[in-house]
Amino acid sequence: MASYTFNIPGSDAAQGLSATFFGGIGRRMLSTIKQVGGITELGISAIKVIFTKRLAFDEFSRQLYVIGNRSFSIVALIALFTGLVMALQLTVGLGRFGLKLYVGQVVALAVFRELAPVLSSLMIAARVGSGIAAELGSMVVTEQVLAIEAMGANPVQKLVVPRLLATTIAAPILTIMADIIGIMGGMVIAVREAGVTPQFYMDQVRTTLTQDDFTSGVTKAFFFGFLVAIISCFEGLQTQGGTEGVGRATTRAVVLSSIAIFVSDFFLTKLILYF
Amino acid sequence: MVSIIEFKKVSKAFGDNKVLEAADVSIFKGETITIIGGSGKGKTVLLKLLLGVLHPDSGHVYFKGQALDSMSERELSKMRSQIGMLFQGAALFDSLTVRENVAYPLREHFRDYSEEKISQIVAEKLKLVGLPGVESMMPADLSGGMKKRVGLARAIATNPDVILYDEPTTGLDPANTKRICMLIKSLQEKLGVTSIVVTHDMQAAFDVTDRLAMIHDRHFGFVGTKDEARSSQDPLVKNFIRGEMETGDG
Repeated sequence: MASYTFNIPGSDAAQGLSATFFGGIGRRMLSTIKQVGGITELGISAIKVIFTKRLAFDEFSRQLYVIGNRSFSIVALIALFTGLVMALQLTVGLGRFGLKLYVGQVVALAVFRELAPVLSSLMIAARVGSGIAAELGSMVVTEQVLAIEAMGANPVQKLVVPRLLATTIAAPILTIMADIIGIMGGMVIAVREAGVTPQFYMDQVRTTLTQDDFTSGVTKAFFFGFLVAIISCFEGLQTQGGTEGVGRATTRAVVLSSIAIFVSDFFLTKLILYF
Repeated sequence: MVSIIEFKKVSKAFGDNKVLEAADVSIFKGETITIIGGSGKGKTVLLKLLLGVLHPDSGHVYFKGQALDSMSERELSKMRSQIGMLFQGAALFDSLTVRENVAYPLREHFRDYSEEKISQIVAEKLKLVGLPGVESMMPADLSGGMKKRVGLARAIATNPDVILYDEPTTGLDPANTKRICMLIKSLQEKLGVTSIVVTHDMQAAFDVTDRLAMIHDRHFGFVGTKDEARSSQDPLVKNFIRGEMETGDG
């Protein structure tokens, strides 16, 4: 790729380097803006299609099954160990203030409000997002997407919407599952390390959690699912350059989805707390 | 002769790369025309422009007298039901059986068709391409030649007026190449369709075509019958046909 150099008096090498550096940043920013624009455009057209066109129901149910099947075990495993390690750390941390009996309260809040939705969605990005980008990318390079268009069908309706809906629905369901498993994991450690009874732990959890804690986590998961799906579909459909391009699209889908989860998590949390 | 498709002053560029510039060509109803030209000269772009998947930067593409850029989404979809396309790699959907692949355009354009009618059409089209009884097979279980023939069955499922062939013989052994050429000819004879073939394979081109159109220097440098192409004194046409010299392609 050609690099920018500016004709400014002084050390040519140093200036060339800085111009290349800033030129690189500029190009990177332009490319990111273009990418965000493309993802937004695809998201808007997918939402339009959801409300105006028939859902490809067979493909939607196939995707829902595949997503659930692909992600269930990994999300369960992550949730279990998150609950275990959270409780372990809190037993030590709260123990310093003589509060280790209240491990259940903190674990419940952390898992419901933050850890379950974020970690489940990251796992969905890794397992499902990569799968979506690779599948659509392969379809692009083998002209299957072009074939759909050539036959008068709409690729957004046939390919994007079923994956978008399936992921957006699956993410909150997997998050609820992660909530339960995370709490159970925490209980195992609380009982063993903090010396509380399972009944006491569950009472703590029940008295601490409110409806808002539950809906806050599930709402976040809903948005994260949407983001993972639309980013992965966009990256898949933008694939260029054969099988190597499919690999690049898959990597980009996972990286961008993960970044989008963390960045949007902050803004969503702020928004939810505001309301 | 009646034109079914017309390209009028069509220009198309991708960034700085100008692919077509004021390209003009008329395609007549019922004929087979072969588009030739070096790699990256815009042959496949031409097919995509005709399908309305790509839009010209300037100029117009007409299908049955109506400009594609004046068509609504519904009209464009209806137009596409009248055009079948055989892709270079067949482009069969991996996750669907042969039956579902061939039935795909039928389900898209003829939603009132019963399952029984769809099965009957699928069986009929597969028989026409010499592959009866493969409905339940998956694309991964088919050879390259069989995939192309299933792709062809899918292309003719809606009884289109026009069939586009993108490199129909690429990657096939001589026997399958001959078989595909015979199919192209027999489909034109049996169904009376207009065929547009994009190929590098001059033997196949002369086998199936009525006219040849050569893209050179971003426009149609030569359009004429097979005999006119054979007797052409234009060195570019002569050399391309004989494969004696590269036409400056990448």
